[in-house]
Parts: sequence; structure tokens; C-alpha cells
Amino acid sequence: MSLVPFSRREETLFYMVAGFGAAIVAIGLAAALYMEHSGHVVTGMNNQIVWGLPHVFAIFLIVAASGVLNVASIGSVFGKVLYKKRAPLSGLLCIAMLAGGLAVIMLDLGRADRLVVAMTHFNPTSVFGWNVILYPGMFGIVAVYLWTMMERRMNPWSKPVGFAAFIWRLLLTTGTGSIFGFLVARQAYQSAVLAPMFIIMSFAWGLAVFMIVQRVMFAWNAMTVAPAIRNRMKNLLGVFVAAVFYFVAVYHLTNLYFAKQVAFERFILLDGGIFPVLFWGGWLFLGTILPLLLLYLPGLSAMCGSVAIASGLVILGAFCQLYVFIIGGQAFPLEIFPGMEMSSSFFDGRVDTYTPSWPEFILGLGGIGIAFTMTAIGVRVLRFLPEDDLTHLEAAGNVTD
Amino acid sequence: MSNNDRRGFLAASAGLGLVAIAPGVHLMQVAQARPAGEPASKLQRWGMLVDTAKCATGCDACVSACATENGINEKVADPRQAAQWIRKIDLKDPKNGRQHSLPMMCQHCAEPPCVDVCPTGASMKRADGIVLVDRHICIGCRYCMMACPYKARSFVHQPLTQQNPEVPRGLGCVESCTLCVHRVDKGQKPACVEACPEGAMVFGDLEDPNSDIARRIAQTATTQVRADLKLNTGVRYQGI
Repeated sequence: MSLVPFSRREETLFYMVAGFGAAIVAIGLAAALYMEHSGHVVTGMNNQIVWGLPHVFAIFLIVAASGVLNVASIGSVFGKVLYKKRAPLSGLLCIAMLAGGLAVIMLDLGRADRLVVAMTHFNPTSVFGWNVILYPGMFGIVAVYLWTMMERRMNPWSKPVGFAAFIWRLLLTTGTGSIFGFLVARQAYQSAVLAPMFIIMSFAWGLAVFMIVQRVMFAWNAMTVAPAIRNRMKNLLGVFVAAVFYFVAVYHLTNLYFAKQVAFERFILLDGGIFPVLFWGGWLFLGTILPLLLLYLPGLSAMCGSVAIASGLVILGAFCQLYVFIIGGQAFPLEIFPGMEMSSSFFDGRVDTYTPSWPEFILGLGGIGIAFTMTAIGVRVLRFLPEDDLTHLEAAGNVTD
Repeated sequence: MSNNDRRGFLAASAGLGLVAIAPGVHLMQVAQARPAGEPASKLQRWGMLVDTAKCATGCDACVSACATENGINEKVADPRQAAQWIRKIDLKDPKNGRQHSLPMMCQHCAEPPCVDVCPTGASMKRADGIVLVDRHICIGCRYCMMACPYKARSFVHQPLTQQNPEVPRGLGCVESCTLCVHRVDKGQKPACVEACPEGAMVFGDLEDPNSDIARRIAQTATTQVRADLKLNTGVRYQGI
């Protein structure tokens, strides 16, 4: 398949797109500089809600970065030709989103200038410490993986390197889930189920991002994804979304039944203000039920754009879910004296409120801007467009539903 | 020599004697301080015992003393962003209405979760059990604040001025009660203990069986807050 040279109009359009991405990155960096200069006093974060909106953006990007590589893993590790064609794009998206997420989390640090300290001082008992190794390691492995896929002479190595990336990715998301899972004191976290839950969330969110990027890239090149391939991938997305639902249900049931965190569950699910709204309306209805209907209901799933809309909704639901999980988990008061009523000048025993400030939001958006710009430039300068050979796929039995 | 003269002589001698030995008594106190350059020892474990029966509701002498000693004097518009190294908590048991008031601060755990989670090792426990933050390598990630079961840590949200040179603090770093380590190293008690008008706080070496704190912990029922977490806290409470 030969690619048509870019037209002048298309070239202008590309520069506009890249310029748009760069502008978002620039205002994100300006927000970070403002926060760095003034201190976190200009954010909505405080001494009770210590992690805020930047962490919602960063964790989404990092978790989705790990999950988007799933597409490549299915190709390389499990030998599915349909996904193998998509492996380079999946690797690029992984690197781009990881860069965006890490930039946000680093720029939100109280001392972002101490990046070198973070890289040179390592505490082996810290899950964050593990991540200091896991995240840059992920960059390295995926970069080598892309090289083995895109450089013909290195092709024989793509399977073992792909396998290493697959394992590393599982470790990485286990590490991200365990950042919360190992917090013994907080009612919202301290659960072993969080590590596998984050892995399955990464599968769903990563694939949703991939579906949207793939659709845009095909549209840009005046192509459409073959219906058989689209069906195959949308079914996989549906399975992942349903699996996330299962894990979230287990997590809440464990809290209710086994860990007896009834007051916390009541807060998150019933009377916690914005949090129940985002949980039921945002994550469950918009981010889970509606996408499943769009993906599986015969009338809706055949509709043009249904998969892209479902993917967008899955991403929206992911943000709602993370907001409830991260902010809601901290807003609920810490039980320092279980069974006692507490009050103090430090807001003990009181539900905290959090209003994100503009700099936080813009910093988070800047992270998405980094991922967007890296992807836009990457797909332009290198050959990342999945090129499907349907006859070959059918022969491999990869496009039957 | 008359009786009056003898009395006068004895009184003058006693006075002179007191003046003569006073610096020595003072020096003996100073001599308990650790000489500069000598590392903290594992043979000691500094701790505190709070008698909540003596701690008065509404009294915050310990909080004020801590703020003065450690230079926590900044004005913060949103009180939720203000640093609090020690605070008074009022407790009420909803079942029987019993009330307590007590100071809450870093519990100086033997197994501190903040030290476990700190990515750079800035959160650390000294050999003598005092849990501290190394301001030079704290990156301000706030993971220790997420991990602390006592909400004992604060993040510095805004630039600081007028600091106490002995207690460095800094924008973008996490901080908490240091057990007035700068005073302890000089053989003094933490400021809060000294300021408590009711004598409700006892400071001392938990490892020394002859210390007041160790004897009281051996004789009376004391509580570790969130004992279920098995953190072996250095701060104990009596009466809750």
C-alpha cells in the first residue's frame, strides 16, 4: 500500500493542529510555573485533600498509557495479526500519554525543581519509589519495542521485547494501583483489589483512547476502519468496560461487607454531594451503561460513530471515576478514633470540600496537550497508520466476530 | 562567736555554697545533652505520655508554645492550607456522651507509614525514635500525608518568612512535629510539654525503665491511637 503525498492544504491543517497542541502545552507549563512560584496556596488542594485535579489527569494518562499498549501486546504476545498492525501506534500512544501524565505529576510536586533528587534518592519500601523506576523503564522498553517493530532488521526481536513490555506494563499498573492499595490508614484505599482493578481500568481506558485516535487518523487519510475490524475491537472494548464494572462492584461490596466501611460507602454512594452524582451519573450511566448500549445494542451499535462516542464516554466515565476515587477518598474524614465524634481546628471529623482552581485544571490539560502533540507529530513523521490487509487477516482468522 | 554570729555565718556559707554549686547543677543538666557530632543512639527512644484527664477543653497552651518555638506564624487565607504541627482534638463518645480533649501530633511511630512510602527517603526515623522530614530531599509529593493515619503532617502552601533558624521550614515541603528535636538534643523538653499548665504531658526515654514516662506506662493503662495498625507509637495517651 503506497501512501499519497501530503497536499498543501493538509500540510497547513497539520501545522494548525500541532500549533494548537503546542499552545495547550505552553499554557499548561505557564500554570505550573505560576503554581511553583506562588506555592500551592493558589490551588484548591489543602492539608486534607492533598492530591487534587492534577492527580486525576496524571493518573488517567499513566493508567491509559499502560492500557493502550495492550493493543500491541495482543499482537506481539498473543499473535493476533489484526492487532499487530496496530502495535506501532499503540506504542507511540503509550509513550505520549506516559510523558503527559508524568509531566503533570512532576510539575505538581511542591518542589518540582528537585527532579534530580527524586531520581537519585531511592527508598525501596516506597511504591512511589518503585514507580520512579517503573515509569522511565516503560519509556525505554516501549522505545526499543517501537524500534524492533519499525526497523526491518530488528523485527525478529519484536516478540521478546513485546513480551517484556507486556510484563513491565502489568507491573507498572500494579504499582499505580498499589500507590493507593498500600495506604493502610484510609478507608477509601487499603485494598488488594486496587492493583488488578487498575489493570483492568487501564485496558478499557487505553483501548477507548486508541479507538478514537485510530478513527481520527483514518478520517484524516480519507479512510474508514473495515467493519469487521471495528466490530472485533468494539467487542473487546465492551468486555473491558464490563470487567471494570465488575471490579468496582467487588471493591464497594468488600468495603460494605468485609471491611465494614459503611459510613464511607454511604458518603461515596448516597449523601456525599458531588461524589454520588459523579459515581452514578458520570461513571455508571455515562461511562459504563451508555457505552455498553452503544457497543452492543443492535440498533445503536451499527450507527456511524457509535464506537467513537462510546469510547469518548468511557474516557469521560474514567475521569468521573478517578475524581470520586481520589478526591472523594480524601474528602471523607480520617477515622483517627473509630467510633468517636471528633472536632478540631484542623477539620477533624468533618467532610472536606474541594474546589479545583484554574491553574490545576490547566496543568492537567497541559498533560493531555503533551500527549496530543507528541502523537500528532509522531504519526505525521513516521509510519504509524495501521495498514490492514483484509485478505491476510481473514486467512489468519482474525476478523471473524 | 555568739549564737547570732554563728547563725549568720552558717547562712552566709550556705548561700555562698549554693551560688558555688549552681553552675555545676546547671552543667549537670547540660551534660545530659548529646554532644555535637555524636549520633542519636538506639539505646534511647524518646516518647510522650498525655494524661487526657488533666488536659482541659479549650486550653491550647501546647499549640501556642509549639507555634512560637517552631516559627509557625504565617498568615494563611484558607485555614485548611495552614500548617498545624500539634492541634487540640475534642472527642465525644456518642454512646455515653463522655468527652475528652487531647493534643494530637506526630505519634513518632516505631513503624512509621510515612517513612515506608516516602520515595526519596526524606521522611526518616532517627535512631532515638524521632520521626523527621529532611527538608533537603523532600520533593513535596505529599504521599506521606496520604499515608499518615493521624493527619499529623502539613504541607507548606506558601512562601515563609521570619523563620526560627533552628527549625528550618520551606515552601513546597511537608513538615510535622519534630518532638522539638533541637531542644531535645540540648537536653531540654519539647516546648509543648514545658508549656502545659496542667502537667498533662510527660516527655522522656521509653527505653529507660527508671524514667518517669517508662514507670507510668508500666503502672497505668495507656493507649496507642489506632493500635490496630500496630505502628508502636512513641506518643501514648492515658484516660481514653
